[in-house]
Amino acid sequence: MDFMNTFRLALRALSRNKMRSALTMLGIVIGVGAVIAVVSIGQGAQYLVQQGIQAMGTNAVFIAAGSNRAGGVRQGYGGVKTLTMDDLNAILREIPIIKQAAPSVNTRQQVVYGNQNWNTSVTGTTPNYFDIRTWPVQAGSVFSDEEVDLAENVCVIGTTVSKILFVDENPIGKTIRIGNLPFRVDGVLESKGQSVVGQDQDDVIFAPYTTVQRKISGITWLQFINASAVSQEASVASVAPITSLLRERHRIRAGDDPDFLIRTQSDIADLANQTQSVMTMLLGGIASVSLVVGGIGIMNIMLVSVTERTREIGVRMAVGATEADVRMQFLVEAVTLSMMGGAIGIIFGLVGSALISNLLTWPTLISGKAIVAAVIFSAAVGIFFGYYPARKASQLDPIEALRYE
Amino acid sequence: MAEQITSAVESQQTTVKAKPVIRLENVYKTYDLGEIQVQALRGVSLEIYEGEFVAVMGPSGSGKSTVMNILGCLDRPTKGRYFLDGVDVSGMAKEDLARIRNRKLGFVFQQFNLLSRTSALENVELPTVYAGISPEERTKHAMESLTRVGLASRAGHHPSQLSGGQQQRVAIARGLVNRPAILLADEPTGNLDSRTSVEIMDILQTLNNEQGLTIVLVTHEPDIAQYAKRTLEFRDGKLRRDSLVQDRLIAQEVLKTLPTAEQQAAEDAEDNARQEKLTAAEAAD
Repeated sequence: MDFMNTFRLALRALSRNKMRSALTMLGIVIGVGAVIAVVSIGQGAQYLVQQGIQAMGTNAVFIAAGSNRAGGVRQGYGGVKTLTMDDLNAILREIPIIKQAAPSVNTRQQVVYGNQNWNTSVTGTTPNYFDIRTWPVQAGSVFSDEEVDLAENVCVIGTTVSKILFVDENPIGKTIRIGNLPFRVDGVLESKGQSVVGQDQDDVIFAPYTTVQRKISGITWLQFINASAVSQEASVASVAPITSLLRERHRIRAGDDPDFLIRTQSDIADLANQTQSVMTMLLGGIASVSLVVGGIGIMNIMLVSVTERTREIGVRMAVGATEADVRMQFLVEAVTLSMMGGAIGIIFGLVGSALISNLLTWPTLISGKAIVAAVIFSAAVGIFFGYYPARKASQLDPIEALRYE
Repeated sequence: MAEQITSAVESQQTTVKAKPVIRLENVYKTYDLGEIQVQALRGVSLEIYEGEFVAVMGPSGSGKSTVMNILGCLDRPTKGRYFLDGVDVSGMAKEDLARIRNRKLGFVFQQFNLLSRTSALENVELPTVYAGISPEERTKHAMESLTRVGLASRAGHHPSQLSGGQQQRVAIARGLVNRPAILLADEPTGNLDSRTSVEIMDILQTLNNEQGLTIVLVTHEPDIAQYAKRTLEFRDGKLRRDSLVQDRLIAQEVLKTLPTAEQQAAEDAEDNARQEKLTAAEAAD
């Protein structure tokens, strides 16, 4: 019996009991749908993260104080006190492929304006920070180098802080209290939205690092140095010279761990990619379990079906079906069920991920590979779980089968 | 080679006999049930010729079902040989037997065994599915077969929409669709009322008369056996009696004597009326 024939026969047999066929497919539909949705969402998240990282500037080089190897950029506060402005100047002086560098001195402070107050992050830096981070102001201006030299009490605020303290008022030129000190607001930054780790990047105030160090937090060291190299390749190439320069300046012996961390933007991108991949695969793996369950469901229903159709199998054999014919018929029925379930599951998965992407304003990337894999898996599940019932059917004795009640 | 010589010798003899379509040669069938061995057939030999109409009879355990299973190539003899159309099929592989069943044999069962939720046409088509012909050919043959049993107008009906007699006719059409030489019927009238049974026997007799179809029918009802031309009686695994039917019944004639459906309805109506009168009379007392 040729394949087209068998396929049509299988479809006819399945359509005789549409409800049962539909319920049998349900397991596969859910399994495939879940896998597709999870992978699409995961890949979308990955894309988002990559975008975010790209937005930081492709030539970026981050130097963080602290030897904490728990990867990533944020190192928290305190800990290591050896990264200084002198280090920054030394880097600029001795590593020409580094174009610019700005310091980061972070602290959290209570901020007050009128009868509004707010607790936010106050970061001390230099004006070129906003170049390096491609973060322009939407109103007013950034503080100047002179104001940094003089440690003036000026600041630039993010849009979230502006909304909370000033509501609809224009913040430019107004005075707010940071800690207990008055600061004049020189500018409002453009909105950057949520960071890749879900933080509100607009909930921030920037001031000259000199002011923050001397008047607010009283520390003389830096938490970060944000630098940018002349090109992406240069950013990668700068890691070695920066490392040896800082090791020398900090007098770190060969073999000892450094007390700083250098990450280029591509490092961060890779790390984020890896983490996301693992997450996606893990979730995909869990979702695949439901695919196995769906396959078991198919096997069970096919076994029941074989028993119920014992007489029918006997008649088919009596009129000329060979064991191979019967086995092939039931196998094709199982595979048809699983592949139809897979196709529907793919559609559901795509629709589901589109819905979720709408809700979370997350992009979802439809992975062609995942779809192909889903199709192959559905077929495999059908063949694997359909084989046993098909074999049972083909091994029935026609005489007994015809007598079956 | 030996067979050719034998047939040459046979054809020179005075009796002009066609070759038998079915020949059992000293057939034994033993079922091994572990400790017990059941001898269902003990040395059965018989010949059935083309165009015969044979009834196989016997009580339960007589071996009649076993004989039918062997004739139908659903089972193989433990000992002895079975020649179908001159070919020894006793030792054939299952796949080859399946092919023979498909081409040379038609089956009719007591319980019809039609596929539910499937049209009559598709049911009749079933054997053609395994015959390796195109879908268009299949439908054509199936329609022809349905027409032969007079049910072309019901081609689209499902078994649940057909009467018992109609279902059995569809089953007969299915058995004939590949134009086999032999029709094997296992108690075909067992599930039908008397009038319908005769209608079915009418169809079988017509097929036997007009198309020379060889029919082997198993039955335990002597009345039904009277429609055949020859009876084979089995008991305890042996063929006890092989005789021609005396006073054969012709279904056409019998049908004329039986009340039709309308007459039965009229009879019922009379009975009801009489019953009501009685009840009314009793109530009045």
